[in-house]
Parts: sequence; C-alpha cells; structure tokens
Amino acid sequence: MTPISRRAFLKTTAASGAGLMIAFHLPSSAHAEATDAFSPNAYLSIDPAGKIRIVVARTEMGQGVRTSLPMILAEELEADWKQVTIEQAGASTLFGDQTTGGSASVRTTWDPMRKAGAQAREMLISAAAQEWKVPRDTCKAGNSTVVHSASGRKLSYGALATKAGKLPVPDNPPLKSEGYKIVGQRLPRLDTPAKVDGSAIYGIDFRVADMKYAALARCPVFGGKVSSFDDARAKQSPGVSFVGKVGDSAVAVVADSTWNALQGRKALTIAWDEGPNKDLNSTEIFESLRNADETKAVKFFSAGDVASAKGRKVEGTYQLPFMAHAPMEPGNCVAHFRGSECEVWAPTQVPQDCRDTIAPLLGLKPEQVKVNVTLLGGGFGRRLEHDYAVEAALVSKLINAPVKVVWTREDDMRNSTYRPVSLHKLSATLGDDGWPTAFTHRIIAPSINGQKGSQPVNGVDADFPDEASFIYPIPNVTLDYVMTQSAVPLGWMRSVYALQMGFASESFIDELAAAAGKDPLEYRLHLLAKDTEIKYFDATWRTDRLRNVLKLVAEKAGWSKPLPAGRYRGIACFGCFSTYAADVVEISMENGQPQVHRVVAVMDCGRVVNPNILEQQIHGAVIFGLANALRAQITIDKGRVVQGNFDDYQPIRMNEAPEVEAYFVPSTEPPTGAGEPPVPPLAPAICNAIYAATKKRIRALPILT
Amino acid sequence: MPNITLRVNGSEKSVDVSPDTPLLWVLRDSLQLTGTKFGCGVGLCGACSVHLNGTLTHSCTTRVSDAAGKNITTIEGLGANGLHPLQQAWIAEDVPQCGYCQSGQIMAAAALLAKTPHPSDSDIADFMSANICRCGTYDRIRRAIRRVVSAGGAK
Repeated sequence: MTPISRRAFLKTTAASGAGLMIAFHLPSSAHAEATDAFSPNAYLSIDPAGKIRIVVARTEMGQGVRTSLPMILAEELEADWKQVTIEQAGASTLFGDQTTGGSASVRTTWDPMRKAGAQAREMLISAAAQEWKVPRDTCKAGNSTVVHSASGRKLSYGALATKAGKLPVPDNPPLKSEGYKIVGQRLPRLDTPAKVDGSAIYGIDFRVADMKYAALARCPVFGGKVSSFDDARAKQSPGVSFVGKVGDSAVAVVADSTWNALQGRKALTIAWDEGPNKDLNSTEIFESLRNADETKAVKFFSAGDVASAKGRKVEGTYQLPFMAHAPMEPGNCVAHFRGSECEVWAPTQVPQDCRDTIAPLLGLKPEQVKVNVTLLGGGFGRRLEHDYAVEAALVSKLINAPVKVVWTREDDMRNSTYRPVSLHKLSATLGDDGWPTAFTHRIIAPSINGQKGSQPVNGVDADFPDEASFIYPIPNVTLDYVMTQSAVPLGWMRSVYALQMGFASESFIDELAAAAGKDPLEYRLHLLAKDTEIKYFDATWRTDRLRNVLKLVAEKAGWSKPLPAGRYRGIACFGCFSTYAADVVEISMENGQPQVHRVVAVMDCGRVVNPNILEQQIHGAVIFGLANALRAQITIDKGRVVQGNFDDYQPIRMNEAPEVEAYFVPSTEPPTGAGEPPVPPLAPAICNAIYAATKKRIRALPILT
Repeated sequence: MPNITLRVNGSEKSVDVSPDTPLLWVLRDSLQLTGTKFGCGVGLCGACSVHLNGTLTHSCTTRVSDAAGKNITTIEGLGANGLHPLQQAWIAEDVPQCGYCQSGQIMAAAALLAKTPHPSDSDIADFMSANICRCGTYDRIRRAIRRVVSAGGAK
C-alpha cells in the first residue's frame, strides 16, 4: 500500500436528502508506518431537520466513549448537544484502526474530532453568509444556528445543511483554545437510560430470526487437542440439533436454547490429547522466572552509570501472578454465515481484527465479512481477543444457520488470556543523606505481544513505551527486561504492564524512604523537586506534573494530619498512557488483613472532556485495582486454570468497597489516557499502608493468600 | 414437553421448556426479556436477580417449574407506571458504566427498600454485596439508594 501523506484527508459527499455528510480520515501518529496509515475518528451528518448524527468508531465498554467522543466533535461544531444522536460503527474501511484499548480513545481522537467539527462549522457559516450575501466574518455559529447579528437574521444548521454540503472543505479550520461550552461539562451519559430499564442490548442479548445456540467444550489444558469424542448422549439431549468438532481443540453442541446447548455439552464424552503442557503448574512457572537467563536482559531506559554510584545498597524483589479480566458479560457472539458472506454481531474491542481473522477461516475476503459492534458488558482488555467471534463464525458455517455462541463463567475463567506473571528485581544505592544516587529495575516476564507474534520494540514488549515509565530523575538509572516464554495464553488486562511496574517500583521507593528514615510523600517530592523532562521512547514525562498530582492527593487526603488510632496511610504514584496518577489509601488491620476505608485518587490527564465520566473511570479503576491487589490470582495446575467462578476468583463487592474521592488537576494540556492510569498506584499504596501499620513489606501479590 | 405458564410482569406467558430449565434462560431465550443477565450461573453475582412474589431471587438457580404460579418481576416490569424511583435515581446519579450488572443491582436495591425503607449504610452494603459490579460503580449505587431513601422511599 502506498504511504499516504500525513496531511489530513477529508472527503465530502453531498448525498441527496442527507444534507452535509463528512467522513474524515486522519493518519495515526502512533502507527504512521503501518499500512493502515489513516486513523479516522468519526462520521458526521446533519439532516435538513437539524438532527446531528455522530458515528462512534470506538467500542463502548463502560468507559463512556458514546458520550465523550461526540462531545469533542460537537464542541467545535457549535452544536446544540440536545440534537446529537449517536450511531455505533462496526468494522469499517472508512475508519483507521478501530481498536479500543490503551486508554487511547479520547487522546487519539481529540485533534481529529475537533478538526472535523470545526470544518463542518466553517462550512455552515459560509453557507449562511452566501445565503444572506454578507461577509462570512459577520456571521457567527452557536447552538446549532448561524446568526448575522447586524441584521438579526438566523438560520438553523438543518436549514443550512444541503447548501453547506456543496461547499469546499477547509483544510485548516480554526480550533478553540478557550471558551469551551460542551467539553469540560459534567454531562450525563447518553447510554444511561437504556442501561437502567433493561433495554440496552449487549452481545449476549442479540438475536436474529431462526438463530441457534451453541456451547463449546474446549480442551482444558493449554495447547491440547480433541483426540476423539462420543456424541451419542449429547445428540439425545433435549433440543440438540448438531454436534461437531470446531478446529483442533473444541467440540460444539448446537441446540434450540442456551440451556439446552449447555446440557448437551455436559452429555459429551471427549478424550483429550493434553499435549506438552499437561504437567504445567504455577510453582514451575515462577521457578522459570527465577531461573531466567539474565544475561539476556535488554536495557530500555538508562541515565548516567549505575555502577559508578557509591553508598548503601538496598534491594527488593517483587512478584505478581496471572490475573483474569472476568468482565461481567461472559464471552459470546452471534454469527450468520450465508455462503458468500458472513455477518457477525460481536461485543468486541477489535472489530477489524475479528473481520480479518474470520474471513480467511471461512474462505471469504475481508469485505465479505461484516462485523457489527454491540454494547460490551465490560472489556478490560479481554475483548481485544477475537476467539468468541471466530467460534461463532465457524459454527455458523458448520450448521449453515445463524448461531449465538455463549460462554459460561467457567469457560471465561479457564479459557482467557491472562495478565502475565512477572518477577521484579530492584536495587538502589543511597548516599549518606538517604537520597538515591542509583536505581535499577529489572522486569522478568513473558511478553504479551511477543506471544502473539509482534516484533519487540527496541528489544522489549511493544507495550512498554506506554506502561513501563520511571519519572524520578535519579542521576543513575537502569531499567531492563528479560523476556521469558509462557505456555499460558497472555492478554492485555487493564493498565497491562503498568500494574506490575507500578507495584514493584512504588513499593521499592517506599522501602528507600523507610531505609532513609524519611516520610514517603516528602521522599517522592524531593526526588521530583526539580523541573525535569524525561524522554522515554517517544514520550516526555514531566516531574512538575507528577509532583502536582502528589501534592494534590496529599492535600485532599490530609496527609500531614494525624489519623485516628488504628488507621494507617500509604501513598503511591505512577505515570502511564501519558497520564499521571496518585493514590493515598487509609487502612486498618483486621485479623492481620488490611481493610481499605478510604481512597483519595488524583489524576492529571490533561484537559478533562467530561468530569462525570472521568470520575466513574477513577472509581472503577480503584475497585479494579483493589481486586488485583487483594485477591486476583489465576493459578495453574496440570496445565489447567484452577479457578472457575466468582467463589475462587472474587471481585470486590460493596462491603469491601472503600469510599473513593476522585480529583483531577485542572489542565489545558491535550487529553491523555484515563481508563487505565488510575489502576497502578492502588496496589503499592495499600502495601505501603500495610508497611506503615506493621513494618512488614508485601513483596508479592495478591496480598491475601 | 410440558407446557408451563408463567406470570411475568403482570402478563401470562406459556413456554415449552423442560421444567428444570433455569428461569433465567426462559426469560432470556423464550420470552426475550434480556434485561435479566447471565453472569455466573450459580448464584454468586446477582446479575440475574428478579423478584418472585416480591422476594429477591437468582433466576439462574431457580427452576422454571418453581416459578410457575408466582408473580415474576423483571427489570422490564419493575416500574408499575414508568420508571421505578430507583431507576430514576440511577439516571440522576449516572450510575452505570458498562451497565451489564445494573438490572440485577436495581432489582436488589428494590428488594432492600421494600423490606427496609430506611437502611443504614451498613444495611445497604450488607444487602447489596450479593451483587458484583466489575466496573466498580459501588459509590454511585450507594448514592442512588440514599437519594431514594432521603426523598421518601421507593413507594
């Protein structure tokens, strides 16, 4: 594919009766070299009745993109927000990379969405000026209307739509730097009403006429296959119409209802070829991290020369387990294979990956596969995989009928892609005054991207640039990575490697403060005292922004004020996805276990598009992070996942949920990531509070075992 | 197969399913009342919560034959005339994120307030802990329940 200029490409179509329609395609800055060099961000139409339709080309999984992304466009459009309606895009060639992940939706669409709204606004103003035969700079847009104040004339966007659609598109429309009316407002989410009356349709709720239901028995051992199966009893089970092998490692049972498919699956007898991983267990996996060949360590960040530092040496080793996303909606997908085409309705974060993976498996071209995106009952990265969609497409082809594949909770827990295990070796050299002169952090872990076949970036997992930051400008620093192999499937789970890096790094900084006999907040502020820019891959981190986050969290938490007897505080901060976050937690120890009472969470993610939604993201990240810290642990025995449901993999419930206070640093910087950055500081903040309470250092998650 | 008659949200419905089918799948697959969700299948998460004669019940572990003859209320029928006060409060507080568990959360909260019109914070936490929200909306759920309580309750 010929690389296309980075200049924005925009095409206008004045479709009859449709009014002004603008489809816009902008190059992705993150993937400029990739073949899909355009990163489109939305699709706008204004009909003659004044209805404004904004297509959301990212997936709504709870993070609010069906509200926040249209707000960005509507702001520059000078739209009346009440006239805006939303349409969800499926997999498309009109839009660039539609992957919803990496806390990227707002930060990567901010500029193109603003530009698209501004282009439409400028064209509407021009249309009005022509209509009135007045200079266009005497006309002004606002509230979906263009006004000529000298004469008092006004025309609505609907009335101007057809005329505006015939005008040329301005290349560089002016953008606002102040005077925001929609962006920054605490607007209610557009998707809330349907989510409280039962009418919202998630993937698992979708149905088409004459649809069948399927449940699959998958090999319980990673990498195993079906050796043989006996379907005699399953075929006798009520409602079952088909039993057949899907790929090498699963057998599908198709029936007239979900329950009958599940009952039919229970009646299967399958002999598994358990393959090379049948004896794999967690003990062995952690052993392999400890025995990894550290001569293969790849340095990914360095400053000064750590070997030159003289003073007291402090060391700490940290460890984290596999974890599962466990979104509330288990895996599912509806597919309808129709010979020369296939239509899919998927709760997916990667509609284009679903399309491109399914097509060759069915003997179709990508353009013959239509992937519609439903609402997601949680994503957290689990739906960056396409497994459920592939299953549905293959089963539909086998039975030549539409089918819904439904996973149970146990299917989800045991056939997931897991947050990788990791081992972290940290060391520091402290001068006589207790301040570090050298700091090293070695992460030993399997590579998610490596396992999926992506090339390392500068020798490390391609996720590290977003997630493995270190913002303290200590004179001598080395961060390096030892890549290990994993037979356990790996996936991107909310905040990805930032959880591991943040836990190890921020626990260790606390150790250094303790070793120096200094207050952990003051210790961090001292390290960040000088305004410094730290170049890290393509990113630039700023000490002043992290310092401000720490100061605000300390102020809101009352860090300097005494606590009631039995209460203890911990603090931690971290930067990832270009955002700075910090937590102060208050705990008490009950029967040797921490009880978290209060979490004050602060984030600097640039300009806030919608404080209402950002507060939700912070609340959610704290609860998600709390589960990660306290209990989330997937263990492997005999090549299988031990945990199966919410009894042995327990999320946080309300009786454990602390009061969460969410704040953000006011900012006019462009927006950065929001969904993931508030996750990493929580686990180390809790562990640092446990240290404050007990003088015992937690060096492995989960805290409760 | 036997024909089972159910009374769902005030209407009689007949379904052809085996009597041991969980009520959840009858509501979802046979009656297309998909507001009631599947989360765990074993009564651990509360996503499938409905009311049987006013009592909070996990529809995933209730045989359809045991629901016959009882008044079954789902999220679609919770508000007798328009939205239930809790649903209104859920909108006012903008509670849902992904929203998948919220039908169950609202059904649980309605059962709580029907029995305990003025719950303490620990009453709310104890009762609502039967339901899991993976997005972590607990803070706003608490606020929404308190909003209804302070406005005079759910009736």
